Amino acid sequence: MPKLDFSSYDTKGFYDEMFDENNKVRPNYELFSERLANLSQKKLNTLQHATDRAQLSLGMTFNVYSDNQGVERILPLDIIPRIINNEEWTYLEKGLQQRIKALNLFIQDIYNDQKVFKDKIIPKEMIFSSVSYLKELQGFKPPKDIWCHITGSDLIKGGDGQYYVLEDNLRCPSGVSYMLENREILKRTFPELFETLGVKPVYNYTHTLRDTLEYLSDKNKPTVAVLTPGIYNSAYFEHSYLAQQMGAELVEGRDLIVKNDIVYMITTNGLERVDVIYRRVDDDFIDPLVFNKNSMLGTPGLFGAYLKGNVVLVNAPGTGVVDDKAVYAYIPKIIKYYLGEDMILPNVKTYICDEESDRKYVIENIHDLVVKQTDASGGYGMLIGPKSTKKEQEEFIAKIKQNPRNYIAQPMINLSRVPTITDNTIEGRHVDLRPYALYGDDIKIIPGALTRVALKKGSIVVNSSQGGGSKDTWILNS
Amino acid sequence: MLGRVANTIYWMNRYLERAENYARFMDVNYNLSLELPPNEIEQWQPLVVITGDWELYQSLNDTVEKSKVIHFLAFEKENPNSIYNCILNARENSRAVRTEITKEVWEQINSLYFLVKSVADNENPTDGEFRTFFTQIKNGCQLVYGMYDATISRNDSWHFGKIGQVIERADKTSRVLDAKYHLLLQSPELVGSSLDLIQWAALLKSVSAYDMYRKKKGKLTSSGIAEFLILDTEFPRSILACLLNAEQCLITLSGNSVRFSNNAQKKLGILKSQLEYADINDIINQGMHEYLDDIQIKLNAISSAIYNSFFAIEEQSQSQSQ
Repeated sequence: MPKLDFSSYDTKGFYDEMFDENNKVRPNYELFSERLANLSQKKLNTLQHATDRAQLSLGMTFNVYSDNQGVERILPLDIIPRIINNEEWTYLEKGLQQRIKALNLFIQDIYNDQKVFKDKIIPKEMIFSSVSYLKELQGFKPPKDIWCHITGSDLIKGGDGQYYVLEDNLRCPSGVSYMLENREILKRTFPELFETLGVKPVYNYTHTLRDTLEYLSDKNKPTVAVLTPGIYNSAYFEHSYLAQQMGAELVEGRDLIVKNDIVYMITTNGLERVDVIYRRVDDDFIDPLVFNKNSMLGTPGLFGAYLKGNVVLVNAPGTGVVDDKAVYAYIPKIIKYYLGEDMILPNVKTYICDEESDRKYVIENIHDLVVKQTDASGGYGMLIGPKSTKKEQEEFIAKIKQNPRNYIAQPMINLSRVPTITDNTIEGRHVDLRPYALYGDDIKIIPGALTRVALKKGSIVVNSSQGGGSKDTWILNS
Repeated sequence: MLGRVANTIYWMNRYLERAENYARFMDVNYNLSLELPPNEIEQWQPLVVITGDWELYQSLNDTVEKSKVIHFLAFEKENPNSIYNCILNARENSRAVRTEITKEVWEQINSLYFLVKSVADNENPTDGEFRTFFTQIKNGCQLVYGMYDATISRNDSWHFGKIGQVIERADKTSRVLDAKYHLLLQSPELVGSSLDLIQWAALLKSVSAYDMYRKKKGKLTSSGIAEFLILDTEFPRSILACLLNAEQCLITLSGNSVRFSNNAQKKLGILKSQLEYADINDIINQGMHEYLDDIQIKLNAISSAIYNSFFAIEEQSQSQSQ
């Protein structure tokens, strides 16, 4: 049986997670690599096919169109894992804990004392002009003063081998079910690889999530529900998966009713009170009385019940203000201000077009920079300088001059790569990393992550709608 | 449990039971057609008629042919009751009630969906592939029921699911009997002939009742078979047995066995009593078709009453608050 052949594997130009610049296997991949050496390409492809089938059978799919005859897709799972050693992980963990702690204090402050504005750390207008800032929450403090209970930050590793935080997702970060199911599938695919390799388990996530949700209620046995937009939402698999694994009710907006500011579920035996809601519906849609009036997804009166303290919403409404790309640029200052510490995990260098000196630099160096619209996501409203034409650059310069608040710019980062199975060989593909943090009695980072991978050759887009896939992420004990 | 979820699980099981029954009907008819004179209309038309979708069939097809009937009942996307749509709906429903069912049940329903989809996408399936398909659907549904019974607690959700299954089953048993009535109408001179007996045996087989019927009654007679399929209390697919089963579930859900505590229990109790005191000769003399028709109408009314008593609490509580 011909063995796996890495001789033509190319690491040039990028940081590769498995091989160093001399094509030598890095320490974190050593054991894995030894075991992999016994496999053939053919066997590997067979395992890959079995994995695709397993995902279908588990129902890890999403509809591309919103009707039930539509195309159904999986997020392909590449079976070569991303492996991170304990030392590197401990560093990430500390960095994320620091970041989330500071962001939580920041959110509490901007809705209450607003010291951060008075001390001129961040301009007031920048926050108040953010679409995610909810003025309805001014003077509000959530249970235990926790706003961002669940975070899924996106990290990348540059050519220098250094991690950077690319963005923070505090609204409804998704993908954690893929982290959990990917692991289950990989354990079935490579049982022999797991033995004695010392991979930290991730299965605890749903227990910890349930504990986190219960911690927020004063009740001894609170009723916990997951609020989903329904089966046609692309993340529905995750919503039902989490509810089921936690033993929580999976509800839609129409299953809830609010009477005298108390939230009830409509059951076959009448109404039953709900105490904690892990909502996977965005702020705009949770309550048509306060937000989007045309939305059928939420429940009238839900926000009022929340303000009265009769129900806990997770994540708290209003946290999305931190996801604003302009606010992101201030995070180093925010950490310094609230914790008196230097930022452990760096941001990507960000130029704020609203600040004069930054704007001047951006306009002069636009051909080297990635320019992003602050309120856009998913790769929209972007200019990738090195890949753009003179004309596109001039258009963006005009836009920046017209509305500087709406733009930031960053140097181009070359995402690191991990070996990935293609039709007949193994090649390096770009990846990012999304670890998950839960904020209850303390901030826990689950030892695992969703690694997203750009399956198309040369692509740096890891988004699932644009040919992205995922990888299991192994955090080693040592 | 949530009213919406209870309704969804009730229908999930109805769809599964319906798909299984359609596969049974077609499999037996197919088998029968191999040994009978090739008069296609007589052989295949009743199958469409008993499903209640004859008008829809006519609007989509000019003629009655074996392949068209099979396509219509198994794969037609325009037919809301085709096996394809039943399994699709059962799967969508089970997705929506993932928190009420087990991984085993979900994965089995999901794999049934991929089975139907792959056969439906096959442009020119052979006769042999059809027979295999029917068997796979029958076995696949039985596997769901088995996993359902073996892995799910006897909680409210289980009882709502069970009611859905037995109400659908009672309806389909009544329709399969009615099909025989249609055949008899077309050829009264054949009553008691060997062809007649073959048809009665086929009918029993289509609801997997042949072995149990033989064991209990021995000789094949029309009244014996009708009695067995309508009034037997022990055979799990007879109409009365299904009603008794549904009654037990309703008692558990309502917590009242002495009288009725909701409209669903009341309507079901009336129909059950009617059958308990019925005599098969009276039914035949009155006209079996009318009798079965009446049962189907009452089963629909019971289904509506279940909806209003348990699932539509939302509308009730909202009208109360207005």
